[in-house]
Amino acid sequence: MIELEVVNLKKYFPVQKSFLERIFSRRIEYVQAVNNISFKVNKGEVFGLVGESGCGKTTTGRLITRLIEPTEGKIFFKEKEVTFLQGEELRKFRKAVQIIFQNPYASLNPRMKIGYSVGHPLEIHRIATGERKKKIVLEMLEKVGLEPADNFYNAYPYELSGGQRQRAAIARAMILNPELVVADEPISMIDVSLRAKILELMLKLKDEKNLTYVFITHDLAVAKYISNWIGIMYLGEIVEVGRKEEIFSNPQHPYTKALLSAIPVPDPARRRKDLTLKGEVSSSINPPSGCRFHPRCSFATDKCQISKPPLRLVGKDHKAACHLC
Amino acid sequence: MTEIKYSASRFIASKLKSICPRTVIEYFALIGFIIILSIILMAIFAPLIAPYNPIKKVGELLESPNSKFILGTDGLGRDILSRIIFGARTAICVTLLAVSISLSCGVLLGLVSGYVGGKTDNIFSLVMDAVYSFPGLILAIVLAAMLGPGIVNTAIAIAVIYTPTYFRIVRGLVLSLKESLFVEAARAIGAKDRTIVFKYIFPNVLSSIPIVLSLNAADAVLTLAALSFLGLGLPAPTPDWGFDLKAGHAYLASKIWWPSTFPGLMIVLLTLGFSLFGEGLNEIMNPELRK
Amino acid sequence: MQNLLIIENLEVHYYTRAGTIKAVDRVSLSIKKGETLGLIGESGSGKSTLGLSILKLVPLPGRIVGGKLLFNGKDLVKLDNKHMRKFRGRRISMVFQDPMTSLNPLMRIGEHLIETIKTHKKVTQKEAEERMALLLNEVGIPFERSKDYPHQFSGGMRQRVGIALAIALNPDLLIADEFTSSLDVIVQFQILNLMKKLKTSYQMGMILISHDISLVAEIADKIALMYAGQIVEFAQAKVFFEKHLHPYSEGLLNSVPNIQLSDQKLSYIPGMPPDLTHPPRGCRFHPRCPYATDICREKEPPLIEVETEHMVKCFRYELRK
Repeated sequence: MIELEVVNLKKYFPVQKSFLERIFSRRIEYVQAVNNISFKVNKGEVFGLVGESGCGKTTTGRLITRLIEPTEGKIFFKEKEVTFLQGEELRKFRKAVQIIFQNPYASLNPRMKIGYSVGHPLEIHRIATGERKKKIVLEMLEKVGLEPADNFYNAYPYELSGGQRQRAAIARAMILNPELVVADEPISMIDVSLRAKILELMLKLKDEKNLTYVFITHDLAVAKYISNWIGIMYLGEIVEVGRKEEIFSNPQHPYTKALLSAIPVPDPARRRKDLTLKGEVSSSINPPSGCRFHPRCSFATDKCQISKPPLRLVGKDHKAACHLC
Repeated sequence: MTEIKYSASRFIASKLKSICPRTVIEYFALIGFIIILSIILMAIFAPLIAPYNPIKKVGELLESPNSKFILGTDGLGRDILSRIIFGARTAICVTLLAVSISLSCGVLLGLVSGYVGGKTDNIFSLVMDAVYSFPGLILAIVLAAMLGPGIVNTAIAIAVIYTPTYFRIVRGLVLSLKESLFVEAARAIGAKDRTIVFKYIFPNVLSSIPIVLSLNAADAVLTLAALSFLGLGLPAPTPDWGFDLKAGHAYLASKIWWPSTFPGLMIVLLTLGFSLFGEGLNEIMNPELRK
Repeated sequence: MQNLLIIENLEVHYYTRAGTIKAVDRVSLSIKKGETLGLIGESGSGKSTLGLSILKLVPLPGRIVGGKLLFNGKDLVKLDNKHMRKFRGRRISMVFQDPMTSLNPLMRIGEHLIETIKTHKKVTQKEAEERMALLLNEVGIPFERSKDYPHQFSGGMRQRVGIALAIALNPDLLIADEFTSSLDVIVQFQILNLMKKLKTSYQMGMILISHDISLVAEIADKIALMYAGQIVEFAQAKVFFEKHLHPYSEGLLNSVPNIQLSDQKLSYIPGMPPDLTHPPRGCRFHPRCPYATDICREKEPPLIEVETEHMVKCFRYELRK
C-alpha cells in the first residue's frame, strides 16, 4: 500500500534582494531547493532521504508535512491529494502526518511545561481535556522513557538534556497517533552514545503503531541502519532511489559511490582511497545545466552537460538518474 | 519529621542564595525595589501616616522645618510632609496607570503587527515611528493641553509617548520568534494563529517587558512632574510633587528652600528607584561575564 | 623523540551560578613532536576546555586552577597574557569548529593571512605575500580567491582558510577543535586528507578534538578518551580500536554505526552524562557501567599503565600489572 507519494515536486524560493539590487535588476532569482522530485513510500516502511546540506531534503520534509506549499507538483497521502488542503481538512491531515525536528533545544517552547507541550495537540484537536488529557500525556511520557512521568510532566525544557528533549518532541509528535512521521535529522544533535536509544524508541513506536517514516539524514550509516528504502538527493534532485540492500551493495550513481566511500569508519586499518569527485557543491540558484552533478563527476561526458538524465530503472526496485548507468 | 524540616530550610536557603545579589549592579535592583515599595506603601497608607490634611491650611505660611511641621509648610500654610505623602498617591497612580495603558496597547499591537506582517505591519510601524520620533515631552504637553486636567487624561497623555517603545521591542521579538523552530512545531501540530501568538510567542516576549516597564516608569514620573510643573497635570489643590515644585520655586530667591526641595527630592527618589530597579533587573536577567 | 607538550594534572574549573563545574579534572597527557593525538569525548567531557586551556583561552567564568602545561619545558600556566601571546599563533595554533565565526568578515582572506604572518615575524610585505600564496596553495585554495571575503566562500573553503591561518607560522603544535563538525561528509573527507598531507609535510604535533571517533581513527597516532573531565583511556590508535579496555570505550564504539558491517546491532550507553557540579562518587562512569562493582561506587580508580603507552582508568585492570 502506498502511504505517501510525491509527484514532480518543486519548491523554488525567491532570493531576497537588497533595495538597490531590486532597482538595478528586475530579474528575480530563485533558490531551486527542490527540483522535480518523485518518490513513493510504502506503508509501514522507513524511507531514508539522504543528502548533504543544501540538497533539499529538509525542504522536502517541510513540503510533505505541508508546513510550506510547493511551487509545483502534487503530494498524495493514502492516495488522496493533499497538496492544497486548507482549514479543517488541513487540520485533519495534521493529525495523521507529524514531524520531528532536528534541534531538540529549539523545537520545544521554552516557556511551556513539557506536559503541556506534549498534550497541546490533544487540546488543539479537541480530543481530550483536563484529567483525561493528563492521563494520556503521562502514558505517552512513560512510553518514550521519560520517567517518572510526573516529574517530567511539570518540568520545563531547560531542565532536560538534549536526548530527553528529543524524546519529549517525539512524544508530542506521537500523541495524536499519526500514520506518517517525518523525522528531520532527529539524532544529529544528540550525543553519539545516546543516538541508538532514540533510534530504538522510534523503531519500537513504529512497530507498535504501524507507522511509516520518512527519515531525513546526511548520515548514510544511520540511514543504512534504519531504512528499508533509500533516496539520495543532490542539489534538489533525487539521483538514486531503491531498496537499502541494493543501494549499498550495488550503487549506480557516481555521487552515491562518492558518498559511500567518504563515510569514515572506526577502523584505523582502513585507509580510504581518494574520491572520484572534485570541487564543491554548486549553487542552487544557478544550477549547472543538464545533469546537476556533471561539474564534479569524473565520468562526465558532453551529453551530461547538455541533457538532464531521467530517473530510470537500473535494477529491481532500483532507479538512478545517470546517463552512464 | 526533622528530616523534612531540615530539607525544607535547606531548600529555602538555596533559593535565597540564588536570588541574593552578586554584583553591585544587582544590588541596584534590590535598592530600587525597596525604594519603590516604600513609596507605594506610603501611597497606600497615606491617610494613616500623614500627620495633617494635605489640602488644608494647618500652620503659618512658609514655616521652616520644625518639630510641629517636620518639613515645614508651603506658601498656603499646608504641611509639606503630608503633601509629600499624599503626593505619592498621585505619582504612583498616574505613573502606574500610564504605564499600564502604554504596555497593554504597545504589547498587543506589537504582537499582532509583528505576527501578521505585510501591509498591516507597515501601517502600524509607520504610525508608531511617527509618534516615537516626536520629542516625548512636547507631545505630552500638546496632548495634556488638548485633553485637559485630570488623572486619567494625564495618564493617557503620558501613555501615548511610551506605547511605541513597547511596540518596537515586542514587534522586533515577534519577528524573530515567528521564525523559530518551536513556532514551526506549533504549526505542525495544527495550532491556530491565535494560539501561536498567545501561547507560544507572547510568553517568550514577556521576559523583556519588566525592564522596559521599569525604565518607562522612571521616565513617566519625570514626565508627569514636568506636566504638573507646567500646570497641565492635575488640578490644584491635589497634592502633586511637580506642582508643588513649581509653586515652591518662586520662594527660592528668598532663600526659602523647603517648599520646592522636598517635592523635588521625592521626584528624584522615585525616578531613581525605578531606574535602579530596571538596570538591576537587566543585569540579573542578562548577566554580563563576570571576572 | 622528545616531548613537545606535557600536561600534568591540569585542573580547569568553571565558576557558575549553579555551582563549580570541574570541566578538566586532573588530566595528564603528553604529545611528542610530529605526533597526532585524537582527543575524543562527547558533550560535557571537557575536551574543548582542555584544548582551549593549552592556549590559555578558557572563557570566563572558567579558570585554570591547577597543574602544569609544559611546552618544550616551559610551563604555560605560569605565563601572563603578554608572554602567552608570543606562543599563540606562532608556536601553538588553533583551528576552530565554525569557520564562519572564526574569520573576520570584513577582511579579505589574503589580508588576514598577511596580517597574521606579519604580527609574529619581521618580514617585508613582499615576503609575507609570497608566504601567503604558498599557504593558499598548500591548502588548495586558488590564489585568485585571496581577494575574496569569508562570506564568499563555502564552509569547506573557509575551513581551509582557517587551517592556512593556523599553519601560517609553522607552529610546533596545532590544535583543531571539531574542525569538521560543521562540514558535509564529502568535504569532511577532503579536509581530512588535507590534514593528513600537512601532517607529513609540516611534522607538527596535532591535537584533534572530536566527538567523531571514526573520523579521528584515520589520522591519529594516539587516542585519548575523555569522560566527565577525566581521561579514561589512552592508547595508540590501533590498540585503542582493537584492544580497548575501558567500559566507556566499549560502549562508545558499539554505538557508532559502521557501514562496513552488514548486520550491526547498534547499542547505546544507558543513563546520562553526569552533572559536573555534583559528579558521582567514586568512578564517574559507574552509574552507566555494566560492570560496576562496589569499589567503583566508592573510590575513584587511578589511571594506570596496563602496557607500554596504554593507560586505563578502571578498577577492572588494577590487578593486571
